[in-house]
Amino acid sequence: MSLAELICPAGTPAALRTAVDAGADAVYCGFQDATNARNFPGLNLTPDELAASVVYAHAHGTKVLLALNTYPPAGKLDLWRHAADTGARLGVDAFIVADMGVADYIAHAHPQVRLHLSVQAAASSPEAIRYYCESFGVKRVVLPRILTIPEIRQIRKEIPCEIETFIFGNHGLMVEGRCSLTNYLTGQSTNMDGVCSPASDVEYVRDADGSMSSQLAGFTIDRFGPDEKAGYPTICKGRYTAPHRPEGYYAFEEPVSLNLSRLLPELIDAGVHAFKIEGRQRSKSYVRGVVRAFRAAVDDIKAGRKANIADLLALTEGQKQTQGAFETKKWR
Amino acid sequence: MTKLTLGPIAYHWSAEARSDFYARIADEAPVDDVYLGEVICSKRAPFHEAELPATIDRLERAGKRVILSTLAEVMLKRERKATDDLAGIDAPEIEINNAAGLFARGRRPHRIGPFMNAYNEATIGWMAARGATHVCLPSEMPAPAIAVAARAANDLGLGVEVQVFGRVSLAVSARCYHARAHGRTKDNCQFVCEEDPDGMPLRSRDDQPILRVNGIQTQSESYLDLLPETPQLVADRVTHLRLMPQRVDMVAVAQVFRDAVDGRLSMSEADARLAALSGDARLSNGFYHGAAGYRRIAMAAPV
Repeated sequence: MSLAELICPAGTPAALRTAVDAGADAVYCGFQDATNARNFPGLNLTPDELAASVVYAHAHGTKVLLALNTYPPAGKLDLWRHAADTGARLGVDAFIVADMGVADYIAHAHPQVRLHLSVQAAASSPEAIRYYCESFGVKRVVLPRILTIPEIRQIRKEIPCEIETFIFGNHGLMVEGRCSLTNYLTGQSTNMDGVCSPASDVEYVRDADGSMSSQLAGFTIDRFGPDEKAGYPTICKGRYTAPHRPEGYYAFEEPVSLNLSRLLPELIDAGVHAFKIEGRQRSKSYVRGVVRAFRAAVDDIKAGRKANIADLLALTEGQKQTQGAFETKKWR
Repeated sequence: MTKLTLGPIAYHWSAEARSDFYARIADEAPVDDVYLGEVICSKRAPFHEAELPATIDRLERAGKRVILSTLAEVMLKRERKATDDLAGIDAPEIEINNAAGLFARGRRPHRIGPFMNAYNEATIGWMAARGATHVCLPSEMPAPAIAVAARAANDLGLGVEVQVFGRVSLAVSARCYHARAHGRTKDNCQFVCEEDPDGMPLRSRDDQPILRVNGIQTQSESYLDLLPETPQLVADRVTHLRLMPQRVDMVAVAQVFRDAVDGRLSMSEADARLAALSGDARLSNGFYHGAAGYRRIAMAAPV
């Protein structure tokens, strides 16, 4: 039986304490700069805040994982090295990395700290995962959200490290760490700057007919009727037209969120070591609700009881949800 | 001397179209290196594998150096096997686009493809120590980072390549967006992507062309055009300039780049010719200048 650790988002010190109190086995967080893939205004921790957070988390038996999971552009590596040095000094339990240069630096400079391979490294085969394990001593891989449970089960047999999968939250569609869509429209890079469809470039424009356009950097990513709720203009969740689809359609994916509650027992049985709840940009109350519900479900399953899945499904009630790739390869 | 390379065909061109295309490249195009192989979709590979040995032979006889490129995404059994098989080849050279390929290749010599995210000197140093002889930098890198990366790679004896023409790969996915547009899934796609040899255009709902779908890949609508920037790239020690095959006269495109790089053609004349050759396609260079990729930033006039 796997440990089935719950890995919970900590976008702010308050969210971090909330996640710890709600039963997180580990929290993940980043600094307020380009070194992590959620470099959003108002999010993330200062070194002082991280110091206090590590003390708080450790006092409650919760681990702290520091995301250093972007790709430093040449000439700017010092920012990432410095972040790693700071994290190591403050006693974080693991670094979550994607870039080989960053991984190599940490493996040499801070060999006592665990390395986790970020989903941003896009390691989706046993060979790719073994490359990172053998090269940098990676102890855990965060799998891309593109694999079915039988595929995860198979990978588990062929790799020497633990597996972490996303279980709840934003449903990423593109292979992470290989997406420049945001940079193409806005000039800010997901890989180098940690930015994705940034709020600073968002505008909602009311059209003459009463419909609403949600725009990113002046590009209409979606248009909503007067009675529709206007969604956030995330490029890969917009509606576009194509020669065969003049009506406009979700070319990549509908704006759904991932909820693998129903698959939790099967994922634990498949040997998944840790479950990641997405949402460093979410509120404290969201974090509290989601973490508590998953804590109870995991504890039930580990104790051989039937988990109350209804509470978990209710978390996304009213929203469209998906089991994404995990359930069936028809998703592809 | 700065070399011109022809990147692998991103689209699902028929075996016949490929064969004709490379015959002309062999006979007429002033490119030094040609990358072959299916990088985007493992389902397409069987359609043109049979032609591959003849194409390699044809290009090599014409004095081109041939490099086989591996898949960008490796997940399924057939993708793992295809990557493994290529990694076992001693000649021609191979270009690796996924860490699964690096694992299979070990320390034997290889090139690093644009999907490998070689963004910085530490990563390039790591790769060089494990057999990389050449690195193609990610297309979204801005000029200052290219300069630092190129210097580091040069100092390690590596070739350094930057894409200078053609649509840019903006994203890859496990899902096939071509199949999705036609109400199918990847497994029953019926190779609908073959109908779009130049990719499937996506327009925003206010009718602006914005992206191109190519199977699991999403590309820029605009063609990357770093022709005006080539003198700076060369000065920054970029050794190879990559042209990505589009449905335009690629022989003529290569000639324009060759003549401009060699100083036989003024930059303004070269610019005008490339624009004419590119037809309706918009040209962009925003990434290089640290701006939105779709933008066209004018170079300051030389004083």
